[in-house]
Amino acid sequence: MLSDVDLAAVWLTLKLATITTMILLIVGTPIAWWLARTGSKWKGVIGAVVALPLVLPPTVLGFYLLIALGPHGPVGQLTQFLGWGVLPFTFAGLVVASVFYSMPFVVQPLQQAFEAIGSRPLEVAATLRASPWDAFFTVVLPLAKPGFITAAILGFAHTVGEFGVVLMIGGNIPEKTRVVSVQIYDHVEALEYAEAHLLAGGMLLFSFFVLLALYSRKGAHTWK
Amino acid sequence: MKARITRLLMGLALTVSSLVTQAAQVQVAVAANFTAPMQKIAVEFEKDTGHQALLSFGATGKLYAQIKNGAPFQVFLAADDKTPAKLEAEGDAVPGSRFTYAIGTLVLWSAKPDFVDDQGEVLKKGDFKYLAITNPKTAPYGAAAIATLTKLGLFDALQSKLVTGENVSQTYQFIFTGNAELGFIALSQIIVNGQLTSGSTWIVPADLHEPIRQDAVILAKGQDQPAAQALADYLKSEKVKTIIKSYGY
Repeated sequence: MLSDVDLAAVWLTLKLATITTMILLIVGTPIAWWLARTGSKWKGVIGAVVALPLVLPPTVLGFYLLIALGPHGPVGQLTQFLGWGVLPFTFAGLVVASVFYSMPFVVQPLQQAFEAIGSRPLEVAATLRASPWDAFFTVVLPLAKPGFITAAILGFAHTVGEFGVVLMIGGNIPEKTRVVSVQIYDHVEALEYAEAHLLAGGMLLFSFFVLLALYSRKGAHTWK
Repeated sequence: MKARITRLLMGLALTVSSLVTQAAQVQVAVAANFTAPMQKIAVEFEKDTGHQALLSFGATGKLYAQIKNGAPFQVFLAADDKTPAKLEAEGDAVPGSRFTYAIGTLVLWSAKPDFVDDQGEVLKKGDFKYLAITNPKTAPYGAAAIATLTKLGLFDALQSKLVTGENVSQTYQFIFTGNAELGFIALSQIIVNGQLTSGSTWIVPADLHEPIRQDAVILAKGQDQPAAQALADYLKSEKVKTIIKSYGY
């Protein structure tokens, strides 16, 4: 069965994915909303920046995060100035990295959901004297609920599957930055294939059932 | 005159045909820490023997997995002595073809000048937040670092400050970017043409840890391949030993 070290890695991964997903739903919603509604010339730029992690190798993202968050980097200078120290090798650092890394997986489904709603329901709500905030919470959120569920599932699953970025800025510290994917890598490198199979197989099943749930739900509930 | 030209042409044809029959390619799996010296050795190898060495670099454990699963490598230069021995025991390497091609030197290094003193006293002072090492489970340099800390009686005191890179290159990155103030890496990473490049260094005395032996072996796919045997012989030559030494081994 899973050793204590493996269990600690599983627990840490779930904690990281949960916190990252919650932050992304809060941060990603206004970004997605803006991207869905704006006619600004900046839309393309912001959309491209959000989508970068889709195409960049995680090692590139991790390398730049390591430099930017480090003691000589701009973010590192700021965090030190604020008295927080530097972020690499800490759990908070992993959260920051994961938020960047999983951003498109949350923002894009939300953006699509908002675009599908269009401006019509909001205009109707406005004629009924609903304030923009009121209209957002009582009209947009319920209509965009499938988009939020998709975004949350994808953001969570993608963070669970994160490897390259964590490897670059994590430092492999037990219970702080050693997540499941890094633990699997270590088992394989140490030729401990039985232990690797246990975790890797678990990851495979987890990912499959998450996606199965996602796609089954979509088929069943579209347009409801 | 005519006879002379004929003789010349025949001689030329013989030379060309001998080149064609003798010059071959050999596929080599090389531990990542040996990348730079091996690239240089491959150039010299081709100049001296006509054989071409095709190099693939990677972590030793990953290369092992690839070899076990049918990778076409004929010679394997590992970062340790355990993995080649294991391959030989499992019948994936030519028996008796193993040899030590390099012995690694462990150093304590900081990117900051004057941070690490030449006796390693900085470790006892403990005036730092992070000490970077390489994963001791998978990397010989990591195991040597742990052995050194243990022998100095500092392991318990410093354990909470350890951050771990997956290979020596990553550990170097942690230190180079200043995220870790100092760490244990390979001398070969910070030496160019026999000169230390930057920062401050303590060369860890060899009696503080087991020797970091890097072994090579001819793999089953290299059996009876002249180019594979030629590379193994070449790696043992004085010329190559000098090259390897200049890279800090």
